[in-house]
Amino acid sequence: MEHIRTTKVEQVKLLDRFATNNKSLTGTLYLTATHLLFIDSLQKETWILHHHIASVEKLALTTSGCPLVIQCKNFRIVHFIVPRERDCHDIYNSLLQLSKQAKYEDLYAFSYNPKQNDSERLQGWQLIDLAEEYKRMGVPNSHWELSDANQEYKICETYPRELYVPWTAKKTVIVGSSKFRSKGRFPVLSYYHQDKKAAICRCSQPLSGFSARCMEDERLLEAISKANPVNCYMYVVDTRPKLNAMANRAAGKGYENEDNYSSIRFQFVGIENIHVMRSSLQKLLEVNGTKGLSVNDFYSGLESSGWLRHIKAVMDAAIFLARAIMVENASVLVHCSDGWDRTSQVCSLGSLLLDSYYRTIRGFMVLIEKDWISFGHKFSERCGHLDGDPKEVSPVFTQFLECVWHLTEQFPQAFEFNEAFLLQIHEHIHSCQFGNFLGNCQKEREELKLKEKTYSLWPFLLEDQKKYLNPLYSSKSHRFIVLEPNTVSFNFKFWRNMYHQFDQTLHPRQSVFNIIMNMNEQNKQLEKDIKDLESKIKQRKNKQTDDILTKELLHSVHPESPTLKTSLCFKEQTRLPVNDSLRTIEGSSPADNRYSEYAEEFSKSEPAVVSLEYGVARMTC
Amino acid sequence: MEFAELIKTPRVDNVVLHRPFYPAVEGTLCLTGHHLILSSRQDNTEELWLLHSNIDAIDKRFVGSLGTIIIKCKDFRIIQLDIPGMEECLNIASSIEALSTLDSITLMYPFFYRPMFEVIEDGWHSFLPEQEFKLYSSATSQWRLSYVNKEFAVCPTYPPIVIVPESIDDETLRKVATFRHGGRFPVLSYYHQKSKRVIMRSGQPLTGTNGRRCKEDEKLINATLRAGSRGYIIDTRSLNVAQQARAKGGGFEQEAHYPQWRRIHKSIERYHILQESLIKLVEACNDQTHNMDRWLSKLEASNWLTHIKEILTAACLVAQCIDREEASVLIHGTEGTDSTLQVTSLAQIILEPRSRTIRGFEALIEREWLQAGHPFQQRCAQSAYCNTKQKWEAPVFLLFLDCVWQILRQFPCSFEFNENFLIMLFEHAYASQFGTFLGNSESERCKLKLQQKTMSLWSWVNQPSKLSKYTNPLFEANNLVIWPSVAPQSLLLWEDTLLSFHLLPRDDAAQRPSPDADPVLLDF
Repeated sequence: MEHIRTTKVEQVKLLDRFATNNKSLTGTLYLTATHLLFIDSLQKETWILHHHIASVEKLALTTSGCPLVIQCKNFRIVHFIVPRERDCHDIYNSLLQLSKQAKYEDLYAFSYNPKQNDSERLQGWQLIDLAEEYKRMGVPNSHWELSDANQEYKICETYPRELYVPWTAKKTVIVGSSKFRSKGRFPVLSYYHQDKKAAICRCSQPLSGFSARCMEDERLLEAISKANPVNCYMYVVDTRPKLNAMANRAAGKGYENEDNYSSIRFQFVGIENIHVMRSSLQKLLEVNGTKGLSVNDFYSGLESSGWLRHIKAVMDAAIFLARAIMVENASVLVHCSDGWDRTSQVCSLGSLLLDSYYRTIRGFMVLIEKDWISFGHKFSERCGHLDGDPKEVSPVFTQFLECVWHLTEQFPQAFEFNEAFLLQIHEHIHSCQFGNFLGNCQKEREELKLKEKTYSLWPFLLEDQKKYLNPLYSSKSHRFIVLEPNTVSFNFKFWRNMYHQFDQTLHPRQSVFNIIMNMNEQNKQLEKDIKDLESKIKQRKNKQTDDILTKELLHSVHPESPTLKTSLCFKEQTRLPVNDSLRTIEGSSPADNRYSEYAEEFSKSEPAVVSLEYGVARMTC
Repeated sequence: MEFAELIKTPRVDNVVLHRPFYPAVEGTLCLTGHHLILSSRQDNTEELWLLHSNIDAIDKRFVGSLGTIIIKCKDFRIIQLDIPGMEECLNIASSIEALSTLDSITLMYPFFYRPMFEVIEDGWHSFLPEQEFKLYSSATSQWRLSYVNKEFAVCPTYPPIVIVPESIDDETLRKVATFRHGGRFPVLSYYHQKSKRVIMRSGQPLTGTNGRRCKEDEKLINATLRAGSRGYIIDTRSLNVAQQARAKGGGFEQEAHYPQWRRIHKSIERYHILQESLIKLVEACNDQTHNMDRWLSKLEASNWLTHIKEILTAACLVAQCIDREEASVLIHGTEGTDSTLQVTSLAQIILEPRSRTIRGFEALIEREWLQAGHPFQQRCAQSAYCNTKQKWEAPVFLLFLDCVWQILRQFPCSFEFNENFLIMLFEHAYASQFGTFLGNSESERCKLKLQQKTMSLWSWVNQPSKLSKYTNPLFEANNLVIWPSVAPQSLLLWEDTLLSFHLLPRDDAAQRPSPDADPVLLDF
């Protein structure tokens, strides 16, 4: 509260990001403890969570006022013009403070109260149970067992307490291996493929330097390899570019030497590091934000940003994993440097290709809990939840979501969830509204007592499940299918609905998805009505004689039908998903932004007819 | 028959056909006057029927005595035939080359095709100008039908019947025709009932370097304005190009002579620039070894989506003049047969709900493309694989269809037809058993007696059994103006035409129809 100097400013203008004619909406800006709120003259509300704010910028004073540009982590960009510089300055300062908290306890999740009691909250946290998930995969079994080595976070602080390792790996081997691995992140099970008896394992880079070896580490890898009874070799996939891995050797880190490990096949897959990814996204956003962008500038910007190249690299690595397991029946060990960014991307995406369970709504939550949250992807640092080192921020998880989106595009029937689900998750990794993504590892989360003080996101998503269902999902035909995406370059497209989520004018104005969803709902309702009516007929048949029935039937059915009709119409209108309600067909509204885009000629004031095109006027006189 | 001379080897056994994503098929290859047929002579195995006129280019290769012919089609498909025996292979190749480049239109397949279906409605009479005019005449009396071009004497590329302002007599029209490129005097393209404003189109005015003027021309187009109101002239060339045209006798309307009109230049590319764009695009799409950077830079260098954006932008501008500014518009480029028609027809898609129905869209193509004199024969003679550089080929109509597809993607419930309908039109424009897209103008079609000697595409497509394939199940008619987004982020690559042969349909979603599923009668 102490950061808020001005709570309300009137006569603020909100500029359209892409309009060439500086068209704007006028309204009132409110600053609350958690949100920035703009209500325009049409009473339309724009809510911006402070935690979503990535940067605030005050531009040079203009005649109409003081411009304030706010960029959000969910790719919303708003451009306000505040009439008085003093107000603008106050808001600017407040937002700077409010968007960058120093302590976890000041984040929204600790004050957010969805009116649930303690037991409901606890139930929410228990919704996703990883022990159950490992059971579903078929572990523990005769080859893999639960290890209690990290029960007290003694061996590795950034791993979860429960870890699965080959049963032949003794505790001394584990401890020895962990000492030879960066941050103590020794090889553990990430996914077990029951049919192939092959595993995806994960770890961090070995501290091999130029020649160091570790007998325990070698033995642990051998144990993993032997835990697969079908195949005698296993792949070790280093997700980094070879050059980066080699450079690490000078710092006493590096990669596995094939000669030292029996029966491994070593492979680089060349995904760039978090810093390259951060600047790549930065470039992409700069290009997209340009007013009056030409097609050529868009594509050359897309190319030079390298973004889609990186997405393809992650996808190719995941496909390598899936093929190793499906085609060669070989287990795979994946690592990068610390084993919490690229490793999480590749392991989770690989599992998603292999296992249709992860393509369901609940399964996808489990996948995120397992490979991202529990294995210590540093959400708080990567998303910049706190005022920290900006060099630690990187869109690693966003890339994972984008890879999944590309898969949903190639396999429209294979996923239970739709694009809105991915967007909603992306919204909440940054929102700090729920506890799931706070902190950087499980140990830290326990210390923060998140399960007592905050709520879990998943039950809220499940409650809203309807919004996130893919109407084209066909669970039967894809249940056992391994996805084999085609990664020819032209299959990778710019994800407009993510990076321009809030730029309504760029999106299709009618959504086939919504219509199909509504039709499905209507069908269900009608089927239910049929059943009700049929059962009523039955009841009556039982009760009454036939000749009364014929008379009564007409009466009993008819009075109901008008209400049935109206209720259906009503539902159709309200059932549109919230973020799409604005995109319904837009024809003649003068507020339509597209109107101004086609020709700047019209944006000049109307009486200046002669100056329509300066060039023409000059040469024809 | 003359074809027999061209067919050196009519039949070869043990030929192997390769197509992407399909298993190779071994069978007998037959050449007829109009088709290349490969049959495995087994039940349940698909046969290949390929119209010679669909062949854009062929390549030959030899390994020992095994010859390979790679056939590149105008609809971008590429198929490969392995033919045992060098002589047979050479014979087949030269026969295909000769048969796919026949000079005489009357030797084309439509003149030999006999329909196997019952003609319910003769498509040649489905969209008569008189009927189309009735739609307007009930709303306005400002316009009349003129038969001044009955003998195609005033304008060889116009139809016999055109719609002109009521107050302008035929004599004036004749004079105006001498002042407009190709005799294409301004005629009505579209009457917008709500705003009561019109879209007209014409050829460029022949002002030349000394600024010639024509009082009748000024009178004609001023007759379409109400007192005190103003109109817009949209020139589809950049100002620079329009100025250069004056040196060749062309030009644009001078402000001094047309004070009631504001002129706006919108640059839309034409001819070889478009053709090269298509060649580059298809080349980029066909090479799957491109890494991401190379693919994106090739896609950019093709400029295809830039052309799409330019055309759509110009069409939106016209629609905006009519709907928002409530002003009439005259559109022309140089000849008024290419970019002009792209713009007038797309503006109607945006403004007019009727043109988004199947019937209405067919009427639009009939009116704004066929009768308006788009030279289909010249423009569609070759497609993306042609290596002989001729002057007249250009994917003008394909670009128009692509633009419609872009709008369809943005308003998926506002069109009665689906994507397959657009693909079907693209395929038939380049190679067809129907006469609809033959010839370059109405006068040529009359001379060829197409109505008597060939079948209309509309007769075939408007059968209820065929229409079901082309109908959009999500269509809900709406009377709104639909403004598409022209931002680069909103424009997409039309995969189902450009990439369809590289994308294996994985899910059941929209599989490409075979281009000619109709049974065909052999003409031998």
